[in-house]
Amino acid sequence: MRHLLSTQDLSREDAILILDTSAQMAATQEREVRKLPTLRGKTVVNLFFEDSTRTRISFEAAAKRLSADVINFSAKGSSVSKGESLKDTALTLQAMGADAVVVRHWASGAADRLATSGWMHGSVLNAGDGTHQHPTQGLLDAFTMRRHLVADPAGADLAGLTVAIVGDVLHSRVARSNVYLLHTLGARVVLVAPPTLVPIGIEPWPCEVVHTLDQAIESYDIDALMMLRVQRERMGGGGAAYFPSTEEYSRLYGLDGDRMRRLPDHAIIMHPGPMNRGLEISAEAADSPRSVIVEQVANGVAVRMAALYLLLAGEEGDQ
Amino acid sequence: MSRPIVIENASLFGDTVASLLIEDGVITAVSTGTLEAPADAVRIDATGLVALPGLVDLHTHLREPGREDAETIETGSRSAARGGFTAVHAMANTTPVADTAGVVEQVWSRGREVGLVDVYPVGAVTVGLGGTQLAEMGAMANSKARVRVFSDDGKCVHDPVIMRRALEYAKTFDGVISQHAQDPRLTEGAQMHEGVVSAELGLAGWPAVAEESIIARDVLLAGHVGARLNVCHLSTAGSVEIVRWAKARGIDVTAEAMPHHLLLTDESVRGYDPLFKVNPPLRTQADVDAVRAGLADGTIDIVATDHAPHPDEDKDCEWAAAAMGMIGLETAVGIVQKTMVDTGLMTWRDVAYRMSALPARIGRVEHEHGGALTEGEPAHITLIDPADPWVVEPTASASRSNNSPFGGIELPGRVVATLLRGVPTHLDPRFEGAFA
Repeated sequence: MRHLLSTQDLSREDAILILDTSAQMAATQEREVRKLPTLRGKTVVNLFFEDSTRTRISFEAAAKRLSADVINFSAKGSSVSKGESLKDTALTLQAMGADAVVVRHWASGAADRLATSGWMHGSVLNAGDGTHQHPTQGLLDAFTMRRHLVADPAGADLAGLTVAIVGDVLHSRVARSNVYLLHTLGARVVLVAPPTLVPIGIEPWPCEVVHTLDQAIESYDIDALMMLRVQRERMGGGGAAYFPSTEEYSRLYGLDGDRMRRLPDHAIIMHPGPMNRGLEISAEAADSPRSVIVEQVANGVAVRMAALYLLLAGEEGDQ
Repeated sequence: MSRPIVIENASLFGDTVASLLIEDGVITAVSTGTLEAPADAVRIDATGLVALPGLVDLHTHLREPGREDAETIETGSRSAARGGFTAVHAMANTTPVADTAGVVEQVWSRGREVGLVDVYPVGAVTVGLGGTQLAEMGAMANSKARVRVFSDDGKCVHDPVIMRRALEYAKTFDGVISQHAQDPRLTEGAQMHEGVVSAELGLAGWPAVAEESIIARDVLLAGHVGARLNVCHLSTAGSVEIVRWAKARGIDVTAEAMPHHLLLTDESVRGYDPLFKVNPPLRTQADVDAVRAGLADGTIDIVATDHAPHPDEDKDCEWAAAAMGMIGLETAVGIVQKTMVDTGLMTWRDVAYRMSALPARIGRVEHEHGGALTEGEPAHITLIDPADPWVVEPTASASRSNNSPFGGIELPGRVVATLLRGVPTHLDPRFEGAFA
């Protein structure tokens, strides 16, 4: 594995290897000394064109616990003011000798461009590109599901599980990452969204689509229910709104205590964070014992350790 | 005066082998047998070559004035000549916008000065392409540039009242409104064709309906006021259906197809390479098939290039930050041969009609271009070697820009000579000896 750009690129074997490696990494995090010498001498750059403290510190923690040198590069740039070009930034990182670049960018495809344009030679780890992919999020979600829902997780896939993903699928890199990865791992995926938030052209996706949360709860034995973050500016008010109001969204797609109690007893509740409490998820659901939302964050570090390890420590073997 | 030229044994329109004598910029003799030529004539052996009237592009961006870093009238003219064109219509979205007689005359004069193709400026429909106030079309029409084609290309004349007035007003001087059909509200932030590929890539969609709804409105408006409408860069199967319907009702509408919409699909976007970013976007295979069929049956009248040069920095970036457009003057003939002629959908005679005679007529320059290859006609001649495959190398283009999406693609034939009023504006090295 040279880059991690999209969960679509991962075979079942690749995905299970990453999940198994993540489990090993997670185990090391239970120890008193959590730091491993594995990536000593390697330089990992966190290149963030979009603010995301949570994702950045997760990658930073992962790299540091593997003893890599970490450089945080916060490049301000929006679709309005481009600032320094992606190309020049890449050339700079190449000159600094980055072994891996963890990139978060507002533009879909930015990580692919970094990996394939010849601007730099290091490994590229996509930490979220526009509304395209966020592969480590998909992997940490799969890891979390496997831990909770599969009896003997080591080496296993997610066959037989049903996962419902609820919310703004259209703009969600989390949804895209999960749909392909969960399918590769044998799970059944159900997307739950109003038609305005389902992309035109979704037909080939390996998943089913329903348009209300109540219908999803009635029609499927849901093992994991994943609530997507809703961008308030996309709900109500503006002329291009996808939904009449936040209240109506909440009524039709929000996870409250009542809906939570209609799920199978073993079902877990997930959210990639940060949550809009009271909008897509109520405090009762978010703080319930079924919620694994905080654990997702912890698992994120383990999965990112595994991804960095497999990209960088495996390097010599690949050549 | 320059020496006479004899083009020997060319296949005129790809179906009649004959020789042509050119003297003082005019075709003075055509013969299927032996042609009496002056002793000092330059002799070009055109055996196996197809001779067409010089091609006319109704849709070219030359970027001058304002973006001379992307293209100039000189480099764009040279690129056009290499592509077999003897006339181009230069789009109005320059800086300043070609919305006054002053700007169109400047472009026209500079084109004459360069002298490689006849440059016909297109005038803006609205002031500054702003879509709110009609530009002084009359002044542009009556200027030295004699503008007959008006377009806000790059932007859609979206307001239906402005569009109606423009269509009506242009009738005064037999002008045509060439519409960039794109509903702005349906395409806010749009990055590529909305469909299966955009869903997967997470790029904001440019739905076919945003083009089709404007075309539908415009043909109805053109029919209502009895005016001429030209549809720029038609790209969808639905648009073909609407134009077919309009023509059946007798509405005076013409439409353009672009070489890239005849060859490429949205599948090309998968690598996020901005060279494939264009407006309107690359569509699906079903759209490509419909556009080819529409061009073959005459629903689509002409092929135009939408040659849109951009400097490297505007393409060497992430997809969303990249400019839209691709260069296309030098690859147009090869792509039309590959997609339409070699597939049996069109003959070379059809190519001449759709890339020379008809665009000249739509642009109202038929008195100067797009004529037949007969005695007394101006010697605008394009020679094509239909059996000389070549692999496109974007940096080898005469354009100042390199943003071709066709790099590495093999095209079956190439333009080997272009004559403007009998003067070679492009010559393949094989003929350079003859003119020495």
